[in-house]
Amino acid sequence: MQNNLFQDQKFRGILYQTLVVGFFALGLYFVINTTAYNLEKRNIATGFGFLNNPAGFDISFSPFLDFKSTDTHLKVYFVGVLNTLLVSFCGCIAATILGFIVGIIRLSSNWLLSRIAYIYVEFTRNTPLLLQIILWYAILIQLPRIKQAPQIWETFYISNRGLFGPKPIFLDGSNIVILSLVLSFIISFFIARWAKKRQDTTGQQFPTFTTNLSIIVFFPFVVFFIMGSPITLQYPVLKGFNFKGGAVIRPEFIAMFLALSIYTAAFISETVRSGILSVTKGQREASGALGLKKNWIMRLIIIPQALRVIVPPLTSQYLNLTKNSSLGIAVGYADLVHGFGGISLNQTGQAIECMAITMATYLLISLTISFFMNIYNKSIQFKEK
Amino acid sequence: MENNSNFESRKPPVATTGILGWCRQHLFSNWVNSIVTLLVIYFLYQLIPWFLDWSVFSADFWTNYKGELIVDRTFCSRVADPEGDHGACWAIIIVRFYQFMYGFYPSEQVWRVNLTYFLLVVALLPLLIEKIPGRKHLIKFTIVFPIVAFILLYGGFGFQVIPTNKWGGLLVTLVLGVFGIAIAFPLGILLALGRRSQLPVISMFCTLFIEFIRGVPLITLLFFGMVMLPLFLPEGLNLDGLVRVLVAVTLFQAAYMAEVIRGGLQAIPRGQYEAAQSVGLSYWQMNRKIILPQAIRISIPSIVNTSIGLFKDTTLVIIIGLLDLLGIGRGALADATWMGLSNEVYVFVALVFFIFTFSMSRYSLYLEKKLKTGINMGAD
Repeated sequence: MQNNLFQDQKFRGILYQTLVVGFFALGLYFVINTTAYNLEKRNIATGFGFLNNPAGFDISFSPFLDFKSTDTHLKVYFVGVLNTLLVSFCGCIAATILGFIVGIIRLSSNWLLSRIAYIYVEFTRNTPLLLQIILWYAILIQLPRIKQAPQIWETFYISNRGLFGPKPIFLDGSNIVILSLVLSFIISFFIARWAKKRQDTTGQQFPTFTTNLSIIVFFPFVVFFIMGSPITLQYPVLKGFNFKGGAVIRPEFIAMFLALSIYTAAFISETVRSGILSVTKGQREASGALGLKKNWIMRLIIIPQALRVIVPPLTSQYLNLTKNSSLGIAVGYADLVHGFGGISLNQTGQAIECMAITMATYLLISLTISFFMNIYNKSIQFKEK
Repeated sequence: MENNSNFESRKPPVATTGILGWCRQHLFSNWVNSIVTLLVIYFLYQLIPWFLDWSVFSADFWTNYKGELIVDRTFCSRVADPEGDHGACWAIIIVRFYQFMYGFYPSEQVWRVNLTYFLLVVALLPLLIEKIPGRKHLIKFTIVFPIVAFILLYGGFGFQVIPTNKWGGLLVTLVLGVFGIAIAFPLGILLALGRRSQLPVISMFCTLFIEFIRGVPLITLLFFGMVMLPLFLPEGLNLDGLVRVLVAVTLFQAAYMAEVIRGGLQAIPRGQYEAAQSVGLSYWQMNRKIILPQAIRISIPSIVNTSIGLFKDTTLVIIIGLLDLLGIGRGALADATWMGLSNEVYVFVALVFFIFTFSMSRYSLYLEKKLKTGINMGAD
């Protein structure tokens, strides 16, 4: 009787699954018990109360929030998340631009140029990212000291303490200028939509790009002068051993930004190359036969079709870049892992809470990026009419 | 007919063959290309001699410009004579070469490491070369190799025990890379099969595991292994630092490996499953004899690619204090006797990694080409 039962596939399935769940629950019970015991023995507090305790350390790089050592661990977390997002965002944009350029260069008819792009791709892909980050950082801190910092038009100073430049100071009425900039973007968005609709229905073309560019450039400028130039620049001035005023980009950020974007661009260039190669030769020939200009063929025929192949791997490259930004800890870039997952963890000893929050945050960021890229991917996929 | 006489006969086309023709076609096809080519040549003319001069011709190897043997940074030409035109000081690598290769492994026992390296090559041969004689027997050795390597490196069975905190340099890099891949591979197969399983609970567990690991950075998993794992384990059970890192690295790699193998599984046509079932094979028989051999075969190039990724990612262990190749390099730079020679160290470490990863990527390209021409998967 029992033998028959075991030969039943359904029964076996249920049995296996019950066993798996049972073992998992047992393991979980065991781990929770030992952990509770260990925590008690080592006098480690539990719970998330520590988030409201003062951190007691300084964060050197916090461009969005003002951070003092009396601020809480919760603020350390927010500063970390913002820094992670900042370097990831800048890195993704730079990597995409560089990756597309290199990918197209790789397919250039100029043998020498495509070879150079190939060497760049192979060298950056085949050495560890962490090594590249550390190398960039080592190069940046070999730059001249602040006193001997080379300058560009007495505005930008390049030193081993970072890149110093002017800082915009917003006076009264600057809101209106910013508002006008936003407004001009909205207007140009609607113009673009209207122009596309008109072209779809009547076939008449409209110089969308030049119109929108002039709106975005001139409209805020006019408002700027009408309001009496409410935004001024504060230049860095050398005083003693450091610069007074102005804005600074720290070498940690520059090293992370350069390494992440150059490394990821090498991968993106390969997906771009394979995407362009995936568009069959007939498409190019057919568009040539229709009399399209060379750059129009690229823009209207090749790129839209290549994007369908490029976007899914591009998404995973963005995810990789975001996760790789956690390597900032190696050069002291105050991102989520360095600030909250590192220093806060060491100070409070609450490893489980800190790591859980850090991991959950990365999961959330990853899921958000995938979500938006999936929407974009759906919008460019082939639509059968 | 008369009109024809007005035209001059067309000149023969400029040579499109030979070196000149090739240059014309690939470098100077139009004026934009010509300018670009000249610019690139000028750029290379500036860069290559400078780099060769820095790395070879003006560089110090064993001795400095005065002919003295270099024992610390003050002897390096570029430190001793900062005004002069001196290149790299490779002496840091030469003096510390042993550390870069083996870490602090006792030198009288180092033959064990060398023997392991040699056996690693033997174990890899049947995997890399398909037509090697006696492949079946060699494969058996490959399967037991991790155990042999562990005994040789760690000790026991009459060998002196060398604790893992004495290991370092390339040894740690290779141990993490090779063991990580070797354990992650079977684990990845199980996870991939589990994710595609008909049983909802198992499939859900595997999916959650894979997506969780793929969603967080490796460094958080390493922290997990370092600071959280000791809390989860009962008292008295102290896992070795290297083992804890290896657990994190392996789980990470297994999740990525699973996704790659799942891709291979998805490429197997349904007919293969149905045929296997209709001959009466069980689930495991079907996977072992019919499905997996085909699925793994098509996913080998991607498996090699993720392995390259893991090999590069092993450098992350320096953040939690292990001394791999990069860690030994940073250790040398933190030492006052060799401070300030960061360019040399990082270039050397990069070169070592490049040799390993580039040969792996060439191998995966070769496999890809062979697979494309070799078999015809399900197209018929």
